[in-house]
Amino acid sequence: MSVAAVAGLPAGRQRRVLPGFGLTMGLVLTYVGIIVLLPVIALFLKGAEIGPLRFWEIVTAPRTLAALRLTLTAAALATVFNAFYGLLMAWVLVRYRFPGRRLLDAMMDIPFALPTAVAGLALTALFSENGWYGAILAPAGIGVVYTIWGVAVAMSFTSIPFVVRTVQPILEDLDPGQEEAARTLGATPFQIFTRVIFPAILPSFLVGTTIAFARSLGEFGAVIFIAGNLPMKTEIASLLAVIRLEEYDYNGAAAIALTLVAIAMVLLVVSNWLQARLTRRRVPA
Amino acid sequence: MTPATLAPRPDRRAQWLLIGLAVALTLFIVVVPLVYIFWRALSEGFAVFAQNILAPDTLHAIWLTSAVAVITLPVNLAVGIAAAWLIARFTFPGRKALLTIIELPFSISPIIAGVCYLLLYGRQGLLGPALAAGDVKILFALPGIVMVTLFVTGPFVAREVLPLMQAQGSEQEQAALTLGASGWQIFCRVTLPNIRWALLYGAVLATARAVGEFGAVSVVSGAIRGQTMTLPLQIELLFNDLNTVGAFAAASTLTLIALVVLVLKTVLEGRTR
Repeated sequence: MSVAAVAGLPAGRQRRVLPGFGLTMGLVLTYVGIIVLLPVIALFLKGAEIGPLRFWEIVTAPRTLAALRLTLTAAALATVFNAFYGLLMAWVLVRYRFPGRRLLDAMMDIPFALPTAVAGLALTALFSENGWYGAILAPAGIGVVYTIWGVAVAMSFTSIPFVVRTVQPILEDLDPGQEEAARTLGATPFQIFTRVIFPAILPSFLVGTTIAFARSLGEFGAVIFIAGNLPMKTEIASLLAVIRLEEYDYNGAAAIALTLVAIAMVLLVVSNWLQARLTRRRVPA
Repeated sequence: MTPATLAPRPDRRAQWLLIGLAVALTLFIVVVPLVYIFWRALSEGFAVFAQNILAPDTLHAIWLTSAVAVITLPVNLAVGIAAAWLIARFTFPGRKALLTIIELPFSISPIIAGVCYLLLYGRQGLLGPALAAGDVKILFALPGIVMVTLFVTGPFVAREVLPLMQAQGSEQEQAALTLGASGWQIFCRVTLPNIRWALLYGAVLATARAVGEFGAVSVVSGAIRGQTMTLPLQIELLFNDLNTVGAFAAASTLTLIALVVLVLKTVLEGRTR
């Protein structure tokens, strides 16, 4: 029984028995309005001003297409790596006990804690020809800095934690009984993994990779250090939007930004849908 | 009772192979870059390092970044608590929509946030002409940097505090109310002690992000040397000026902050969870 009922307040006031509704509502709405909504609305209004034909022209211009293609391809490369690496890390951190495990676990948070500009600087210097990695790779004819590979390296570094941190808790909660059952039925460790474990962690694995992909698409700070930013070659889409702004081509900037927002929203919907499936599945267990 | 102890048989070789692979990859991808930052920062000796840090532009960048952090923190705390209180303690139409809007900045990449700000306040932006007429400077100055940083860091505090307040329920606060406590008394004596660790955790994450934000700030700062360069932007400037050691010196200070944040995070996670 709620306090309002005890105190004999009218039933209508029952929900708002605690003070502060007006104050917090006012503060939050003012803040959200000025800081978040107004700028986002500006983007959509600018986008609406352009008109569909001009919008299409901007987005399909060779330089924009090249930038979008580079961004998507590099993000895909980064995500493929992170999918494997993340799954490996989650598995090793959850299933095995070994000295230094907690330290290894803490290392997974470094890419989030480190400012992206710092990550970009360090990776660029490491992979440039006189850096520790570049010195080994360059004689082999592998160039990373100022190529799509550099973009992918920067993207994968900054989105490392996503797959690990989404798969880890699911793997921890997995019912060992099913594996035991599979083992007593004569399944090999490989069969147990592919038939029992992997299907159980698949939704979380997909959520993690989707978020990692979305984050890679949006990554800016780390990428611009290593990319070299050559138009048509190693220029990412968000940088092109900024360049358009600097040229006072606000329509161009808005069209590219809206395209990126649209891609991000689609990915968000996909990940939410996967997440909903994930929680539904976990209820009976 | 870990699955590993349940199943000692499946061969140990595979286990050590996977652990070895995980450790080796993490060394290459995470640890070496981290070590490399300090190694390069100090590669020309401590005197040069100190000289780099104490260069006027870098000092100014440190000052500006600290100012941004100091201004954004109280706003983030106030709004985060207010949002959590509003959503956890009241029901009203549009509650879910409001939560979505509060969390919106997490799904918009910071660079796009910066672009939005320019489309709003820029010379040809929606409010640009009005601002120019009134001689109000938001872009390429401290207000713009602070506002866009607030955009990027806004959801952190609410995201930590809200689930905790929802889980704790409002029985204690309602009891205080029937005992005659005022709104502020309830907040200071009941709510705040209950949420303090989550609040601190959210504040640490928000501040770390405010200090390190690059993309959003780079769009609105205008990159005026010695004036609107925050520390992350100063790193890029030094790097483009081919002063790599100076860039790494500036980066090492941010890296130290990041490591402190990681330690705080580990300590606080133990307290909040």
